Amino acid sequence: MDFGPFLLLALMEGLVTAAVLALTASGLSLAFGIMRVVNVAHGAFFMLGAVLAWFVSQWVPGPAALSFAAALVICPLIVGGIAALADTVVLKRLNYEPEATIVATIGLLYILEQAALSFFGPDARPVPAPLNFRIQLPWFGYSGYKLMVVVGAALVLLAVWLILRHTKAGLVMRATQIDRDTARAFGINVDRVYAGVFAMGAGLAAIAAVLIVPIQQAHYLMGGDPLLLSFIVVIIGGLGSLRGTLVAALLIGLSDGVISTFFAPTLAKIIATLVVALVLVFRPQGLFGTRAA
Amino acid sequence: MKADRALVLHLGVLAVLLALHFTAPAYHHTNIARIMVLAIYAMGYNIAFGYTGLLSLGHALLFGAGLYGAGLLVYHADASAPVAIIAGLLAGGAMALAVGLLALRTAGVAFMIVTLMFAQAGYLTVLYFGSYTRGDEGIVIPRAARMLWGLDLSDDNTRYLIALALFATALLANLALAQSRFGRIMVAMRENEERSRMLGFNPFTVKLTALIVSGLYSGLSGAAYGLMFGYVGASLASVQYSILPLLYVLLGGAGTVLGPFLGALLMFYLIDYASAVTDAHQFVTGAALVLLILFAPKGILGTLRARGLKWLP
Repeated sequence: MDFGPFLLLALMEGLVTAAVLALTASGLSLAFGIMRVVNVAHGAFFMLGAVLAWFVSQWVPGPAALSFAAALVICPLIVGGIAALADTVVLKRLNYEPEATIVATIGLLYILEQAALSFFGPDARPVPAPLNFRIQLPWFGYSGYKLMVVVGAALVLLAVWLILRHTKAGLVMRATQIDRDTARAFGINVDRVYAGVFAMGAGLAAIAAVLIVPIQQAHYLMGGDPLLLSFIVVIIGGLGSLRGTLVAALLIGLSDGVISTFFAPTLAKIIATLVVALVLVFRPQGLFGTRAA
Repeated sequence: MKADRALVLHLGVLAVLLALHFTAPAYHHTNIARIMVLAIYAMGYNIAFGYTGLLSLGHALLFGAGLYGAGLLVYHADASAPVAIIAGLLAGGAMALAVGLLALRTAGVAFMIVTLMFAQAGYLTVLYFGSYTRGDEGIVIPRAARMLWGLDLSDDNTRYLIALALFATALLANLALAQSRFGRIMVAMRENEERSRMLGFNPFTVKLTALIVSGLYSGLSGAAYGLMFGYVGASLASVQYSILPLLYVLLGGAGTVLGPFLGALLMFYLIDYASAVTDAHQFVTGAALVLLILFAPKGILGTLRARGLKWLP
């Protein structure tokens, strides 16, 4: 293949990564922006979404599209429920103190991974794609499902944006983000907002996982990379800035696609992690953010 | 009188460990040697986290620096064990200096993420240079290279005594540090950075020094671990090994000299016994972290100190 089409393929792969990454990272960003919670268990929520999608695909009979649709509804709900529970039982009692919540979410990460290992097993398992067609370009054929992932992720992100900007719930969330105490004084149930936001963040990770699992099999350790990449995206985009998160996801996803196609993926990851560490050191507000971390 | 009581307690613990050398069954004998080496690592972590308030999520980088600093020298350059251990110790300190110069420009959550990222980059680097480090598979250090001045580190008895000697040195140095003027400055930095700055202490220098000392401990522990147990692998530099010392220190008591050892001992045996019942030992780790941070954030010795044993260093 010539360089041009090869680059196009790399960019298309990068776009799929970027779309899923944007979904996952916006969940992390939401929890950080509104609750100031750094959720180390976010990757575990992602993994849980994928693993549950496999269970759903086993239980729901009929065509793959049907079980996929079911997974798209059921998985985020279950994962969100678990997250809300973790928030009420653990994080709230820690008063969202940053260091304590990080330790607690590390613990949560171990517990969830162990649960997946015990009930799902150590093997990677495939989930069938809901649709199976290829788009034939002049140089290569491309999976139609992958393009659907990009469209699906964009739709979900649009919905999140609409909820935050144009609904009462979004208004309440933004009010809580700006000033928790004043929001409480106005009769907003901050505890419920926090539980809801944490659940929503986890649910977004679960949706991302359900979308990606037909391409990349479900495995109990699959949460590591999305967690790391989400951290990278959220930090480069500016902690807590949703728009920055989207831009950064696109940037990181595309460059990850290109770099891992032309160079070693491990090298790409080393460079990305170092860049992030240095961004945090020298520009703690992120490349696009305005608020200090 | 105060210092004496503490000294007697710590010497007593060391005496018990020496007595265990002659009495403990073979299985526990090996375990305790391993725990003592890991406790050195946890003590190093405690100097940064417990005393100075620097919650790092990337200490595996410092442990790994010692591990690979020693292991690669022995494996590729045929260095002798004493040289390798000193190299590991220095590698840990140098790595801490490098990380500290950058990471200490941040604080709080950003510090945790930066250290986590550096450690992740270090872990990936080990994998990337797999032709030298043999990545996940790891290097097995040959028995011939594990000789310390004619003492065979692969022999159970020698290993235990060397581990005890290193542990005793580290513990007493830690005790001296905690009771020194600098030890109190570290605590001041943890309790109120602004006020300490106002009193004329430079937070950056104090934290950097604490981090370097912490790196020396971690490097020593990594080097000793590699040589004593004959294995140097990437898994020992993974995130898991950044979390372990945090867990040990939280359990035993952050900011106490004996806490890291007590935490390592209890956690090691907790996982060991849990493994007999279930293979879900990650669950034990996770649940321990959550329960500790919820109900006993001060750990065992920290709680004892708050409940009356005020002299506990």
